[in-house]
Amino acid sequence: MAGLYRVVEGPLDLREAIGAVSGPDRGALATFLGLARDHHAGRRVVGLEYHAYPEMVERVMKEIGLEVAERFGTSHTAILHRIGVLVVGETSVIVAVAAAHRREALAGCAHAIERLKALAPIWKKERYEGESAWIEGSEQVPPATAGPPGR
Amino acid sequence: MRLPVRLFARYREAAGAPVIEVEVPAGATLAQVWEKVKKQVPSLADEARPLLACDRAYARPERVVTGTEEIAAFPPVSGG
Repeated sequence: MAGLYRVVEGPLDLREAIGAVSGPDRGALATFLGLARDHHAGRRVVGLEYHAYPEMVERVMKEIGLEVAERFGTSHTAILHRIGVLVVGETSVIVAVAAAHRREALAGCAHAIERLKALAPIWKKERYEGESAWIEGSEQVPPATAGPPGR
Repeated sequence: MRLPVRLFARYREAAGAPVIEVEVPAGATLAQVWEKVKKQVPSLADEARPLLACDRAYARPERVVTGTEEIAAFPPVSGG
C-alpha cells in the first residue's frame, strides 16, 4: 500500500510528504499543516510538547490511509506527526493526499486530519507563562506528580 | 497473571514510569486491569474512563485479557 506514515522527532519536511504521494497519474495534491499556536482558551501559549505511543500511532495512521483509499479511491496518503518540544509557529503535523482529481484529494486530506485528531494516541502538553497543562480532549489538565505507590 | 501495562502522557507522569505491572486473575477484563493500575497509582483514582488498547488497537473495558497482549492505558488524545 502506497503511503508514508511516521512519528518524527524533529522538524517535519513538507517536501518529503509531497514527494511520497505525488506521481504522474495524480493531477491533484492537497496538503494540511497543523502549526503550534500562541493561544488556547484565552491563555498565552509559549511552547508545547507532543508525546505519543508511537507504535500505535503508526498503526492508526495506516488505518486512516485505508479509510481514505476506501472512501476517496486513492492510496496516496502521507501523514507525519512531530513529537518532542515545539516552539510557537512550528509544524506539528503534515497530511498530504494525492488523487487524479481535486475533489478526492481535498476531501481525503480533510478526512485524514479529522480522523488523526480523533484517534491517534498523541498528547499535547502546553506551556503557559509559569505553568503547563496536558490537553485531554478539549480540557486543560494540570500535570501529575508521581506519588508513592499504593498496595 | 502478572501483566505489564504501558502508560502514556499524564498517566505515565502520575506513575513515574512508562510501564507498571499488575497482578490479575485468569479471565480478568481490561476494566479489572485498570482497577489494579489505579490501586498502584493512587493519584489516578478518579480516572473513570481511560482509553484502553490491546495490541495497539482500541479495546473495550469488557474485553477479557489472555496475558499475551500489549496493554496500554492513556487519557483522551490531543494530537494533530
